[in-house]
Amino acid sequence: MTDRLRDKIIPVTAILAAIVVAWYAGSYAMNAPFQRDLDRRAGVTSTTWEFVAKTMSQPKPTLPAPHQVAVNFVENTFFRKLSSNRSLVYHAAVTLSSTVLGFAFGTILGIAIAVCIVHVVTLDRSLMPWIITSQTIPILALAPMIIVVLAAVGITGLIPKALISTYLSFFPVAVGMVKGLRSPELTHLDLMHTYHASPGQVFWKLRVPASVPFLFASMKVAVAASLVGAIVGELPTGAVAGIGSKLLSGSYYSQTIDMFAALVAGSVVAVLLVSLVGLAGRITERVMGGRPA
Amino acid sequence: MMTVKRAYSLEACIGAETDLTADTVIRAKGLDLTFQTGDGPVHALSNVDLDIGKGEFVSFIGPSGCGKTTFLRVIADLEQPTGGTITVNGMSPEEARRRRAYGYVFQAAALYPWRTIEKNVALPLEIMGVSAAEQRERVKRTLDLVNLSGFEKKFPWQLSGGMQQRASIARALAFDADLLLMDEPFGALDEIVRDHLNEQLLELWARTNKTICFVTHSIPEAVYLSTKIVVMSPRPGRVTDVIVSTLPKDRPLDIRESPEFLAIAHRVREGLRAGHSYED
Repeated sequence: MTDRLRDKIIPVTAILAAIVVAWYAGSYAMNAPFQRDLDRRAGVTSTTWEFVAKTMSQPKPTLPAPHQVAVNFVENTFFRKLSSNRSLVYHAAVTLSSTVLGFAFGTILGIAIAVCIVHVVTLDRSLMPWIITSQTIPILALAPMIIVVLAAVGITGLIPKALISTYLSFFPVAVGMVKGLRSPELTHLDLMHTYHASPGQVFWKLRVPASVPFLFASMKVAVAASLVGAIVGELPTGAVAGIGSKLLSGSYYSQTIDMFAALVAGSVVAVLLVSLVGLAGRITERVMGGRPA
Repeated sequence: MMTVKRAYSLEACIGAETDLTADTVIRAKGLDLTFQTGDGPVHALSNVDLDIGKGEFVSFIGPSGCGKTTFLRVIADLEQPTGGTITVNGMSPEEARRRRAYGYVFQAAALYPWRTIEKNVALPLEIMGVSAAEQRERVKRTLDLVNLSGFEKKFPWQLSGGMQQRASIARALAFDADLLLMDEPFGALDEIVRDHLNEQLLELWARTNKTICFVTHSIPEAVYLSTKIVVMSPRPGRVTDVIVSTLPKDRPLDIRESPEFLAIAHRVREGLRAGHSYED
């Protein structure tokens, strides 16, 4: 317990405290000029402490103070009806649904590409450059095109957003799985050869199990990329729901506190997703005889 | 010059001896294998003639690069010779492999880490389409044979190196091939474990009457185990001497202090030295 305290809790708390302190200092520094202006026009004079307090309670601050974001986040997460347009849970759920769908597509696509690359020599030599090129195109430029093209053929709603997530998430899975499917040692492959095993048997009994650790490592990256894709996908669609739309409307109306709260909600979703994939990975590893760490 | 002459005469009398045994499992004639590498060709095997009869325990000994592992891999159809002929059970190595004629034990245990010991031993049976009931029965029998009963549900990392290697031997025995190819199976183990496994291997060989080809670096191991010792030397990899052991089939560990044992060991050492002097 004391070890845990020393190794984990104290350092993490210390860094967190440092960030909060810096954030407060920053929010004072950035909000002070506007507050000074306000006070001057209203002819109000206040003590230093009163002034500091006012910089941290503006309705539309340049940089909201941590407690303002916290209050907004808690209110909109726990004290709103789920159907309410102000509920962060509602917005997070909308984003989450396209994230998960896009992640599922991306994982399947990534695995399929990796299997092709490993088994077809022509694709091995030709596919990778295209895949890498695809990831160098800024998703912000591509996302509106995907939405517009799909809308033109009558596909709207969840699928286009999910496809943007897919576009970002298949890449780490494909790269990781190519490495994973090629990870068996030479003796393990030779062994299969001595048994006169068919290519299918080599694939299912050797390559697939050997690639599992690589799959989960790349899925962790992919799920985070999926979330980014879903949020980015919500920006150009004029979506009315989702964390992306919350960010967008917040920026239109200078609702900085709302924007920060939405960002926090996004990070919470990201942490949940990455931890879930990590947990699934650990359980699978344990079932497959992994040595406990 | 002396030693070379004797090697020839010895080989001649081996040839006579193997002709008497009707069942030849492996027959190599003028076998050549050249690897094309970045630094030019490497002659791994050069003009190797060798007959191995049924039920023999043959050790291949020689320094690194003498082609002993390569020869084993040619038998197993893991390497293709560039010249000469070789037959396994009277057919090509590829044909023999397709018929699952041999079990191969690698230097590392090469167990699949995500499979339990019983699942590892069952792997070849799964691939060969053996029924589940027979798989269970054979796994039990072979694990018994290598004294690993009770470890069925363990994963490889939970076993010591010696036990892992025994599991890999069980895996090679599971499908009952008559030929066992072992590539320095005990090379990475300590002396005590090695002695123990050598004893067990002899016992297993006596019980199952398999033909065993065994690659090793160790002179005592080769002499202790074998009915025939093939001495090889490098650059190019070739057979310099073939020694038939005069030791009885029943070999307690302390036979290794007997004068007969030491005499054979001496001959092996001479053969190895002759191979090296050729190089200088």
